[in-house]
Amino acid sequence: MSLDILSMVLVTIIAAATPLMIASLGELVVERAGVLNLGVEGMMVLGAATGFAVAVETGSTLAGAAAGAGAGLALAALFGILTVGLSANQVASGLAMTILGLGLSGLVGAAYVGLKRAPAPHLNVPGLTDLPGIGRLLFGQDGFVYFAFALVAGVWWFLWRTRAGLTLRAIGDDHTATHALGLKVRKVRFRAVLFGGACAGLAGAYLSLAYTPFWAPAMTAGRGWIALALVVFASWRPLRVLAGAMLFGGATVLQLHAQAAGLGLPGQALSALPYLATILALVLLSLGRRQGGSLAPAALGRDFTPHR
Amino acid sequence: MRIVQGALVAVLALGIGGAQAQEKKASEKLKVGFVYVGPVADYGYSYQHDQSRKALAAALGDRVETSFLENVPEADSERSIESLARSGHGLIFTTSFGFMEPTLKVAKKFPKLKFEHATGYKRAANVATYSARFYEGRYICGEIAGRLSKTGTLGYIASFPIPEVVSGINAFMLGAQSVNPNIKLKIVWVNTWFDPGKEAEAAKALLAQGADILSQHTDSAAPLQEAEKQGKLAFGQSSDQMRFAPKAQLTSIVDDWDGYVIQEAKAVLDGTWKSHDTWGGIKDGMVVLAPFANMPDDVKAKAEASKKAIADGTLHPFRGPVFKQDGTEAVKAGETAPDPMILGMNWYVKGIDDKLPQ
Amino acid sequence: MRIDLTPRADRSALTDALAPVLAFLAALVIGGFVVAAMGRSPAAAFVTYFVAPLSEVWSLQEVALKAAPLALIATGLAFCFRANVWNIGAEGQFVVGGLFGGWIGVASHGATGNTLWVLPLMLAVGACAGMLYALIPALLKVRLGVSEILTSLMLVYVAELLLDYMARGPLRDPAGFNFPQSVTFDDAARLPYLMEGDTLHAGVAIALAAIVVATLVLARTLFGFTVRVVGASPRAARFAGFSDARLTLAVFAVSGGAAGLAGISEVAGKIGQLQPSISPGYGFTAIIVAFLGRLSPVGILVAALVIALTTIGGEGAQIDLKLPLDLTRAFQGLLLALVLGADALSRYRVRLVPGAAA
Repeated sequence: MSLDILSMVLVTIIAAATPLMIASLGELVVERAGVLNLGVEGMMVLGAATGFAVAVETGSTLAGAAAGAGAGLALAALFGILTVGLSANQVASGLAMTILGLGLSGLVGAAYVGLKRAPAPHLNVPGLTDLPGIGRLLFGQDGFVYFAFALVAGVWWFLWRTRAGLTLRAIGDDHTATHALGLKVRKVRFRAVLFGGACAGLAGAYLSLAYTPFWAPAMTAGRGWIALALVVFASWRPLRVLAGAMLFGGATVLQLHAQAAGLGLPGQALSALPYLATILALVLLSLGRRQGGSLAPAALGRDFTPHR
Repeated sequence: MRIVQGALVAVLALGIGGAQAQEKKASEKLKVGFVYVGPVADYGYSYQHDQSRKALAAALGDRVETSFLENVPEADSERSIESLARSGHGLIFTTSFGFMEPTLKVAKKFPKLKFEHATGYKRAANVATYSARFYEGRYICGEIAGRLSKTGTLGYIASFPIPEVVSGINAFMLGAQSVNPNIKLKIVWVNTWFDPGKEAEAAKALLAQGADILSQHTDSAAPLQEAEKQGKLAFGQSSDQMRFAPKAQLTSIVDDWDGYVIQEAKAVLDGTWKSHDTWGGIKDGMVVLAPFANMPDDVKAKAEASKKAIADGTLHPFRGPVFKQDGTEAVKAGETAPDPMILGMNWYVKGIDDKLPQ
Repeated sequence: MRIDLTPRADRSALTDALAPVLAFLAALVIGGFVVAAMGRSPAAAFVTYFVAPLSEVWSLQEVALKAAPLALIATGLAFCFRANVWNIGAEGQFVVGGLFGGWIGVASHGATGNTLWVLPLMLAVGACAGMLYALIPALLKVRLGVSEILTSLMLVYVAELLLDYMARGPLRDPAGFNFPQSVTFDDAARLPYLMEGDTLHAGVAIALAAIVVATLVLARTLFGFTVRVVGASPRAARFAGFSDARLTLAVFAVSGGAAGLAGISEVAGKIGQLQPSISPGYGFTAIIVAFLGRLSPVGILVAALVIALTTIGGEGAQIDLKLPLDLTRAFQGLLLALVLGADALSRYRVRLVPGAAA
């Protein structure tokens, strides 16, 4: 592989990994707070539809991205009211959000089918972007990509370097004890859910504004579910999300490149790889811990109802 | 519980025979129903079928009424087809291969209604099948690509290794070889009909491997957009996708079912409808090539000439000698591949450097 | 502002029953506004969605058919969820049940002589396959402490891809022109129809039987008692000497078996062959059904019928009122969200305390 092809492949992998990273980081924060949101796919696809619609109407990619995040956030608010506010079951509520999101996205996007816009602008720094090999890789991406990387750092810093992050993690591990300590369990969880929804919506908007700049029904094609797998694969750590997203995105891209280069591999086996890898990672993690018990936030998915 | 009990009681009371009673409701106005596997908004296969539904409504006006069901999963399609049959539809188009068995089953229950199943191979007295000879269009695309490629390498984004896709790849390659015997074709199987992200990734992979013209047998416009972004060329699929890539689209193989759908509806209205198998091509107007664009005039002229030659039968994409990948002769010199061979094609022609997934 | 939730001491059967009804009415009002905004008559939409499917023998059978897999899977899941074990991979267990049970159907194709054994074997293999597949996450949970929520979800996709591979590859009909589906099963491998008209098949009876059995098991057996006790109070159960591990394995086996049985019932019932995809998401919808039915078999039956009704009514709305499918989906999502919320309101007394934060 020449340097150019290598650079090209890396650029493609980063682009493929970006929506996974953004959505996963959001879900990571949600799960760290002890809530399992299975509605990521629905929030993502609604973000894609809304983001595209608003971008077409306003002519602004930025407005579109904000609207996509806003749409994901709105759906997450409903999810938060149900699960955090009313202690409804998280699994069932999350799945209901996926159905609702798919339906709403179709209604929102109906008028925008078959339209196209220019993709989100790529950074272009004279001199730097044209550097051979690393130029496009480092200085030629679109805004979403840089945002995704910033988000990794931001989430890492928040969870491990701030008091609020510590509180959030503690709540995710034991809501009863933290509640007894006087921490605002449900407020923190609700905010985490909103953040996760906004990230999912933004990841969807990336698909319809930058990656393949048009709207088509169900265009997320299961990426929301991969994002969920990725959080687990990364054992709830932001930096590992970065690595995992590259791996998950990279697996598809490399398989396609291998085919283009004339090395055929069975498609289904490769498509199953991220999921198998996630299970394997879970198993290895708990083996590594010896005493058993997973690294998952201990209160993940459990209902919490404070009795005063 | 109560509802099910109610159902059983109702059945005992009424006996069966709803089917016959329903059928008689069909009045002089013909109701035509369509069942799509995808969303009408896919801008590809289902979209194109829905265009024909609209064309039908426009052409026959008051004499027809149309309705459709979209996003019908193949495993769950029997009910969808039957609900059209029961709501007074006299002619029903089931537009995906996977609807074959359900269509036949419902057709058996409603012998007086007419059914049209796209791309299948099983028929009945009231079930006709139809499909288009997309490979004819692909041959012309191949010729154009062979003439225009600077790198001598073409890229092909393929969905699933069914005969329609394989014959399309072969026709494309034979067309390209007819103008450039040394042309190379790189194929990427994406195992999906529709996933814009993955299709775009496949397009990037092919372009990175030196392909400068892309062809696709998947439904979204993502590969065209990718080609446009990188200043390369590509062919559209199913519908005219010029609006997505005005600088990249050379032409597009458009499924044009308008004429066929109108003709069949008329036949039902006139009482002349008979079961049949239609496999229409460029001649019949079922395969239409979107206006040639982004190419020099001489290439355009030659493409137009090929189109005419295929229409009048002087050019056949699978005219012998055609050799398989391993060198064995599939079609003898002077002969053309018989339809059953094309319909069941599961081998690559010589010169394709890829292993057909089985 | 703070929301205070206090478990209701005076929880009555009336509020329990009323909550979902009120949620349903709220969804109707919102849906009515949307329909009116789209320029259609809300009254007509109501009739099409909720009255028309119940007014015909055929559509009643279809409602029952659509509800059967949902109810069967959800009943199995109720055991898990009651025991605080989170199997969300029923979709995968459904697919695996359909695949391996269907395999017998493919293998026995054309068998002569006594073929009475075929169908029972298919059902048994389907149920066992689902059960074994469900035991993977159960064992990982019990032995290694790996979260069953996540592993069971991941295994859904593995199962879907396995079926896709088998239907396109090894189990493909050799005479089917490479099209991705198996042979159609012989009659001996099909569930018999229960009523004239070839719609309602024995899968519905299987689901009903399962609900009866589940009700009895939950109410009358030690196993059922254990499940209920653990669900109500894990600590008490531990003191009483119930083994967490054995219970986890048992409820996973029950729910996997039910899902597998639902899968093979669908394949041997409605579909009649193996296809790359056999489920429009029954396994996931069943999770919602289980909660809507409050984890009781009878409640689950009602919930499954309501979901089935809206699906079939949604088809009618597409045909008769030209309302888009997405509207039906959005309505279903909204209905589910509202019922889940209302359910919480019937369990807890909710007080809004202004000023304070939760």
